[in-house]
Amino acid sequence: MSARDELLASPPFALAVAEKSRLLGAALAELTAHHAANCPPFASILAAAGHSPASGIEATPFLPVRLFKELALKSIPDADLFKTLTSSGTTGQVPSRIFLDVGTAQAQARALAAITTSFIGKDRRPMLIIDHPGVVKDRTSFSARGAGILGMMTYGRAHAYALRDGDMALDVEAIRAFADAHRGKPIFAFGFTFMVWKYFLQALEAADITLDFPGSVLIHSGGWKKLEDEAVSNEHFKAVARQRAGFEHVHNFYGMVEQVGSVFMECEAGRLHAPSFADVIIRSPLDWRVLGLGEEGIIQVVSAIPMSYPGHSLLTEDRGILTGEDDCPCGRMGKTFRVLGRIPAAEMRGCSDTHTARAA
Amino acid sequence: MKSLAAVFAESLMIDPASVVDGLAYQSIKEWDSVAHMVLVTALEDNYGIMLDTDDIIAMSSVAKVREILAKYDVAA
Repeated sequence: MSARDELLASPPFALAVAEKSRLLGAALAELTAHHAANCPPFASILAAAGHSPASGIEATPFLPVRLFKELALKSIPDADLFKTLTSSGTTGQVPSRIFLDVGTAQAQARALAAITTSFIGKDRRPMLIIDHPGVVKDRTSFSARGAGILGMMTYGRAHAYALRDGDMALDVEAIRAFADAHRGKPIFAFGFTFMVWKYFLQALEAADITLDFPGSVLIHSGGWKKLEDEAVSNEHFKAVARQRAGFEHVHNFYGMVEQVGSVFMECEAGRLHAPSFADVIIRSPLDWRVLGLGEEGIIQVVSAIPMSYPGHSLLTEDRGILTGEDDCPCGRMGKTFRVLGRIPAAEMRGCSDTHTARAA
Repeated sequence: MKSLAAVFAESLMIDPASVVDGLAYQSIKEWDSVAHMVLVTALEDNYGIMLDTDDIIAMSSVAKVREILAKYDVAA
């Protein structure tokens, strides 16, 4: 069994630092060699950078995430191409293109399931989707948002949509029917951060509607860029989600289309967690050296999942800070961190930003 | 109760004759991720069971679905 297979088969939050370093370091070295042998542009980049094979998580060469906008990077023959993911690509921006074969797509689904069920359990709960039904309707061309919602739908059942097609207004009738049908059962809600805030929580406030979902879990993602502009912090978002929508547990996650599957979920203690098959490294923007606890820098993400494209080690355009390792009060092992925002001059992106609000 | 082939055929909107053991998830355009969720709901309704997340992800072919249903004491 390869180190990658071993990692992907193990529970997502059980490995302590020593064992994780050994396994993930070996898996990443396997992946670097695999991509160098199967993706000529990746091999050229390594050669130009003078990379020599080395083991260890931090020794893994990294690509800037925006390279996936500029180059079609794949480590599979075209015949094995199963699906191409594209990032949101707001008007005027070039989207990333991520090439998947069946094996990598399945590894993504398994990894995401392992992480998500750690927070909502294996039983599929009644699910409220904080979006409109049309977002998953056109099966030939999903937006990044549609694909994300569809992926999450696996973990729920009796799906209902909280917003109406067309004007994105609250579908009060659908929400009430959902609440009545599942009264007393813990439900699961999912949506993109900006959509949840703008079209759900703010709309509930405007209409003075208060909901109650005891034991419920809300998971949301897609980036804070637009909410930062409106000065909405994670704490404020959570408080409103709790008081207004009655969502008892609220978890944000950090992830990107370039590494689907290895998401970093916010735990009960409010920290983002690296699962066993992925990790986060904070680097200095001045000389790229690895920074320690409490030092602010650029976020690098590594993942054992990407086999069909060379995306196992990426330098993001986000700033972050490590908050601990194997010591979170929630009991999950691995590094924890916070995301502080975009680096200056980085282009604006994020799945939930794709629905640009009309002038209010 | 409908046959497994009938549940597949109706959920994926395909010919019942094409529902063979070797038919794999994502191998035909009709069995995509949206149809997969329709199939899950149809299986649950038809057999009166509730599949868990791991089962849904493991449902990679008709044969595999039959194997998973057996765990729930469903002979399909």
